[in-house]
Amino acid sequence: MTNKEKLVLIGNGMAGVGTIEHLLKLAPNKYDITIFGAEPYPNYNRILLSYVLAGDSQVEDIFLNTYEWYEQNHITLHAGHKVTAVDTAAKTVTSDKGVTVPYDKLILATGSNPFMIPLSGADKDGVMAYRTIADCERMIEASKRYKKAVVIGGGLLGLEAARGFLNLGMKVDVVHIVDTIMERQLDRTASKMLQEALEAQGMNFLLEKQSAEILGDKRVTGLKFKDGTKTDADLIVMAVGIRPNVALAQQIGLETNPGIVVNDYLETSIPGIYAVGECAMHRGVAYGLVAPLYEQGAVLAKKLAGVESAPYEGSVVYTKLKVSGVDVFSGGQFQDQEGTKAIRVHDEFSGIYKKVVIKDNKIIGAVLFGDTADGTRLMQMIRSGTDVSGMEKTAILRDSAAEAGAGGGATDMSDDAIVCGCNGVSKGAICSAIKEQGLTSAEEVKNCTGASRSCGGCKPLVKDLLALTLGDAFTGAPAKETICGCIDLSHGDVVAAIREQGLTHVREVMNVLGWKTDEGCSKCRPALNYYLGMINPISYRDDRTSRFVNERMHANIQKDGTYSVVPRMYGGVTTPSELKKIAEVAEKYQVPTVKLTGGQRIDLLGVKKEDLTAMWADLDMPSGYAYGKAIRTVKTCVGEDYCRFGTGDSMGMGIALEKRFERLNTPAKVKMAVSGCPRNCAESGIKDLGVVSVDGGWELYAGGNGGVKVRAGDLLATVKTEAEVIEYTEAYLQYYRETGNYGERTSEWVSRLGIEHIREVVQDEARRKELRERIDVALSVTKDPWKEAIASDAIKRDLYDVVEAN
Amino acid sequence: MNRSAENLAETEVRWVDVASYDELPAGTGKTVRIGALELALFRLTSGKVHAVHNRCPHKDGVLAEGIVSGEFVFCPMHDRKIHVPSGEVQKPDDGCVRTYEAKVENGRVHIAVPGEAH
Ligand code: SRM
Ligand SMILES: Cc1cc2nc3c(=O)[nH]c(=O)nc-3n(C[C@H](O)[C@H](O)[C@H](O)COP(=O)(O)OP(=O)(O)OC[C@H]3O[C@@H](n4cnc5c(N)ncnc54)[C@H](O)[C@@H]3O)c2cc1C
Ligand code: SF4
Ligand code: FES
Repeated sequence: MTNKEKLVLIGNGMAGVGTIEHLLKLAPNKYDITIFGAEPYPNYNRILLSYVLAGDSQVEDIFLNTYEWYEQNHITLHAGHKVTAVDTAAKTVTSDKGVTVPYDKLILATGSNPFMIPLSGADKDGVMAYRTIADCERMIEASKRYKKAVVIGGGLLGLEAARGFLNLGMKVDVVHIVDTIMERQLDRTASKMLQEALEAQGMNFLLEKQSAEILGDKRVTGLKFKDGTKTDADLIVMAVGIRPNVALAQQIGLETNPGIVVNDYLETSIPGIYAVGECAMHRGVAYGLVAPLYEQGAVLAKKLAGVESAPYEGSVVYTKLKVSGVDVFSGGQFQDQEGTKAIRVHDEFSGIYKKVVIKDNKIIGAVLFGDTADGTRLMQMIRSGTDVSGMEKTAILRDSAAEAGAGGGATDMSDDAIVCGCNGVSKGAICSAIKEQGLTSAEEVKNCTGASRSCGGCKPLVKDLLALTLGDAFTGAPAKETICGCIDLSHGDVVAAIREQGLTHVREVMNVLGWKTDEGCSKCRPALNYYLGMINPISYRDDRTSRFVNERMHANIQKDGTYSVVPRMYGGVTTPSELKKIAEVAEKYQVPTVKLTGGQRIDLLGVKKEDLTAMWADLDMPSGYAYGKAIRTVKTCVGEDYCRFGTGDSMGMGIALEKRFERLNTPAKVKMAVSGCPRNCAESGIKDLGVVSVDGGWELYAGGNGGVKVRAGDLLATVKTEAEVIEYTEAYLQYYRETGNYGERTSEWVSRLGIEHIREVVQDEARRKELRERIDVALSVTKDPWKEAIASDAIKRDLYDVVEAN
Repeated sequence: MNRSAENLAETEVRWVDVASYDELPAGTGKTVRIGALELALFRLTSGKVHAVHNRCPHKDGVLAEGIVSGEFVFCPMHDRKIHVPSGEVQKPDDGCVRTYEAKVENGRVHIAVPGEAH
């Protein structure tokens, strides 16, 4: 045994472990640390439980510290142990599993217990709270057997639980005692807007209802209200509030009221015993959100490390509702009161509501609905007590970050201040990571520190900190964003350097331009490979080691390591014999799933890597490039051949386009469509290039996207003949190839450059001609990758063969 | 089986001849199956060979298909960065992939796998 001081933490939750993490940074070797946690897991991110419930995350995904972390930091963890006794005379704690450990210093971080309304029938099966992983698992389990849930409580937690049930396919009622939901965070207007949005998602609200009795025999069957009405229920979740968990503290004789009373240094009424987190009561407040708990933890950690620290003086809190599809933000003191005035913006057309409450020329609170981008900035103004008397009032709600100069509100924050409440990352931690590890983008800060990884609410502030720390070197503009952490240059800079200095291969670019890593990373290598091929189409030899697996293997990798095979089917048009061939191949290789894709062709899914080349040989069809940053599909409608409205041969036009541009590499995938009339059955309006037949000609639409961020295409040109459609498309695609950033879809590219500019370029006859000449060269050297692989033993051996040994 | 025998069995390895060094492509991984084990074998630009379990600790991504940079491989599923010689997942993520010793002898690559219990 060492003679280090012994520190024991009771409660393996966010506040307690947050404190320990901070302490380890300040004084890594000062204590022998032991942690007891009643839940049988390492410390996890409780606020992400709703994502587990919603099915977006697995339990392991929300662990904040792994078991290895405890080991590496020489912390003894007793997970699944509840501390049942503390002997303050002998200075020992004892768990329900009989482990006794001595301490010199003791931290209580026991969190809270959900409050269960003592209704008659509350002990029936199917009545529960929502607080832990175990609760989540019970809810998921219940959803498999039952249909109807009732959530009592229309606050943050209740609504998140209700949303979870909807995702699990259950019907859900939310019961609330007053007539406005989330009334502690929202004013009436915002609350009603929220209610409407959630009703549209399928939630049913029973407002102004007071629960009287839970019905059922052994298991709950319903809920009865004081007004005599009833509702059916297979499961009832109570989410009506929390109570500090002080059972142990009271047993020891610590002062509680109702939380464990602590001073500004988190000291309790007994020397050597501290309390932090939801169980603690500081200046009459017990917090129920993580950001203040981390702020407390930082002060306590300094106290324990023996480092000088400013006292903890309380926190101003804010909340964001984590329900997808609704943006709600609320912070500070947002209700109208005597002496307060408010600025309100209410746009009923776009469903946006913003309210800022001002007292004595300072912003003291805000509520935002529909557009919460201003949240962080307003929070900063609230925290720093910015005097707004000089400001034009309506400008407070206009994003003035640009005018505020580098750093915005971030300048006034202390180093300890928590920027990312979800993950407990402080301003100091972010700034030193930016300096020491040379970070230049919000993305890198996220990867290195975890800030903005969960709810993303702090991203604007992270950008402010980048601006503040890097000064002029940082320009938040997306166009200037560097390729990746390996190099401080933007995509445009690198392309220019390759051209000017005549660089010809990936390693050379990295050496000449001063890459920080030996061989780059998964972001820059594929980008460089694309740029080199685009600039030197004839002489460049593709570097397959710099390609993402799908493009290297010419097949989409699946989650289990098998692949999918999508042959070309020009314009979505096929023949009986082609279909027979596909069917035979699918049978021969026992393809588990055959599916029609959203791109009008057939996908053979679940193919083993070793079978790919043989299958391609049997298929004897061209690769569909379903995997590539390349021309994907050209969707078509039937068009004038059959359709009574058709004015153009959409199938023929689509096939011609697909044949002309297949195999072309582009910065990101390119999808096209041709419709025979403006009814647009091939959805030409949301394609990278959409073609629509109109009487006497064709319209070309650019920059459409039907994916993550739907964007309608902009009219690029109206032309007369099919030859002109090809001609304009050649110029358009080549211009995109030359000026698009790697990974940038045409939708983003058109928005960045502006459609007017692109229109000018392709309509200028001389430029169009040059662009067409260059794309002609690029297209002349493409080869079908499946044929190439089939014909080459070396490719088969290097990429597709698997070594089998015994 | 007594405890010491169990430990012994666990530490005992056998070397399996898996490939010709010259035929091993540099810069991409190779899938190697030895009995029930599936490994990813890498020949790095430095010339060294390393083998790891062919499953990412995150969600079982096949590491043999990742982009290899220096001593690191990027998992093709969600881009975790893994140090091939030690198997360690790089920050901000956590975890470790099991590594297997690999050596080149007379132009052949051999991998050490756990031996059968006696
Ligand atoms: C197979 C297919 C779904 C289907 O069964 O129908 C599909 C499957 C995938 N899509 Fe898709 N997309 C498919 C049509 C679409 C469409 C519809 C379309 O093309 O008309 C869209 C919306 C249109 C669009 O892109 O503008 C679409 C928007 C996306 C996106 C979002 C792109 C965006 O810019 O927002 C991604 C993610 C990405 O590219 O980063 C994606 C990514 C993917 C990936 C490659 C995910 C991945 O990276 O592994 C999927 C591969 C599955 C696999 O393992 O094989 N898929 N995907 C469709 C193949 C079409 C084809 O024949 O090639
Ligand atoms: C579904 C959900 C969503 C939330 N969303 C948000 C959000 O969006 N934003 C936000 O800021 N906050 C949110 N919160 C609140 C936030 O999670 C809590 O404020 C925070 O986790 C409290 O941390 P803590 O460490 O004080 O308590 P806990 O995290 O509760 O940790 C206390 C731990 O101590 C253990 N324990 C108790 N007694 C003993 C004992 N005698 N012996 C051993 N162990 C013991 C408990 O089992 C528990 O694991 C949410 C909470 C829930 C449940
Ligand atoms: S929408 Fe596309 S990316 Fe998403 S699961 Fe379906 S195929 Fe995969
Ligand atoms: S499986 Fe490897 S990163 Fe997700």
